[in-house]
Amino acid sequence: MQDRPRRAPPAGVPALVGQWEHFPHRADMGVCGHGTTLEEAFASAAEGLTAVVVAPSDVKPVEKVDFTGSASDPELLFYDFMNSIVYEMAVSARLFSRFRVRVDGDYLHAEAWGERVDVERHQPAVEIKGATFTELAVGRSDDGRWFAQCILDI
Amino acid sequence: MELNRFTQLSDTAWRLEPAEGMRVPAIIYGDAGLIEDMDDKVAEQASNVARLPGIVQASYAMPDAHWGYGFPIGGVAAFDPDEGGVVSAGGVGFDVSCGVRTLLTGLDRSAIDAVRHDLADALFAAIPAGMGSTGRIHLRDRQMTDMLLGGATWAVERGYGKAADLGRIEEQGRMAGADPDAVSDKARKRQRNEMGTLGSGNHYLEVQHVTEIFDPGAAEAFGLVKGQVVVSIHCGSRGLGHQIGTEFLREMVVVAAAHGIDLPDRELACAPIRSEVGQRYLGAMRAAINCALANRQILTHLTREVFAECVPEADLKLLYDVSHNTCKVERHVIEGRGRELYVHRKGATRAFGPGHPELPEVLRASGQPVLIGGSMGTGSYVLAGTATSEGLSFSSACHGAGRAMSRHQATRQWRGRELVDELAGRGILIRSPSLRGVAEEAPGAYKDVSQVVQATHDAGLARLVARVEPMICIKG
Repeated sequence: MQDRPRRAPPAGVPALVGQWEHFPHRADMGVCGHGTTLEEAFASAAEGLTAVVVAPSDVKPVEKVDFTGSASDPELLFYDFMNSIVYEMAVSARLFSRFRVRVDGDYLHAEAWGERVDVERHQPAVEIKGATFTELAVGRSDDGRWFAQCILDI
Repeated sequence: MELNRFTQLSDTAWRLEPAEGMRVPAIIYGDAGLIEDMDDKVAEQASNVARLPGIVQASYAMPDAHWGYGFPIGGVAAFDPDEGGVVSAGGVGFDVSCGVRTLLTGLDRSAIDAVRHDLADALFAAIPAGMGSTGRIHLRDRQMTDMLLGGATWAVERGYGKAADLGRIEEQGRMAGADPDAVSDKARKRQRNEMGTLGSGNHYLEVQHVTEIFDPGAAEAFGLVKGQVVVSIHCGSRGLGHQIGTEFLREMVVVAAAHGIDLPDRELACAPIRSEVGQRYLGAMRAAINCALANRQILTHLTREVFAECVPEADLKLLYDVSHNTCKVERHVIEGRGRELYVHRKGATRAFGPGHPELPEVLRASGQPVLIGGSMGTGSYVLAGTATSEGLSFSSACHGAGRAMSRHQATRQWRGRELVDELAGRGILIRSPSLRGVAEEAPGAYKDVSQVVQATHDAGLARLVARVEPMICIKG
């Protein structure tokens, strides 16, 4: 888990949640997000995805990008969501640190706040090739909290 | 993995007998130590591959095998379209046609000693590496289509490299059967600024020197001389290949049931070769192979420009270019009968033996150069294809060291700055935009590549020719 941030985000931008963990994979990295809702788990996992590249607290939430997706299977919805972030990171050279996710039936709408990569300041550790079906799971733990996870190909 | 679950075929070959729906056995190569160190997932994934329709002979795993996506990394499997065979996006992976090429320089190590810091800095400045880096070539849609059809041939026609390079690239630098129309707009967009970039993770450009010759005859044929400098480039099809992998994996997961395929693991997503999706994937995947070949060709050109500036007497000639994430149509002899098969190699190198018609004339007697990357602080190897590997593994060998620990563990154990300083003390100059990235790629985080190539040699998959060690390493 990541330390909770000390600075308050700009008005309207969600705070860092830090409710994610990385789990080991020999070649790559697993990410698992937690939350009291499915949406929170997705947002936490997205923050954990960023943490594979850079500490989320080092990414200024100054620009917003919207993501949408649809799938009848929540795991496919999560796969698509994670890959849409990977895609946006690649094509616009951006990093995202704050996420707000809404899921309505089969549809997802997410807002992500971040900034353009500054190689010197961020020193991105890796670029992510894609979110995979390996260890892909979305569900509720015994304590009723939601989780969303998969392995990222690096 | 426990050895007692296998039938031991030799000191370096272990068979899992067909069980629970496996159509063929799984055969894993490696010495006892390597097999014992392998994750149980390797056996599980190799067995799952053996359940896929149309698989021929066996599901193989190379000595560097580890837990992958559906297929183990280091997995090899061939499918026959006449028997309902499939093509699998997971069996090729996200980094389509990731591979290695090695360039001879004709320089003795002593020739670059005086300029090695300048050379390292100049290479780091010229080779775009890491997240957020962009190449100097930005392709419009029509040019992108030409690149996807032409591969390294396209690059050479535009002045990136020499015509002589093409004969020393698999498929002579251009993968036939590419279908640019099967490549999505998103995949194209993801590639627009990434031509001629190295990427990150385990990708690298290294200046190396030859430290040991094992097979003088093959070394001579390859132009490898002890003490001489070579350059190796490890990278793939960049964002275009990643996007194609992402999209087709999802599509194949969704349509598998409609094709009557019961996937033992979703990551094994596949489609019949003779299906609309299968054909579309093959067209897109071949276009991505061309993208990787063009990318490595452009990086070669950039490297030559730097050497021309820093060490004008250098003459960089391509030794060979191999891809280790592919599905290719090849003719193999099975029980005396020649059959056209779709051979998947996920983290495995094609290793044609002596006399193979695909090899250029000058390499035909020695067998195909098989280029095996190690970690940045240790060494890499050049091997040669053998005649025996045809019967052992559809002419395939290992592809690299394989990680021994996760990135997370590596960053707990090492600090990037300390590693850079320590390696510099040993004469290895590291240049990278990210110290954390360097820590994640720490030499100690990788398996001993020497053990992997020795097992590859002992198993008869390929034979040892030379060892090289790094002097300069550019990491993304």
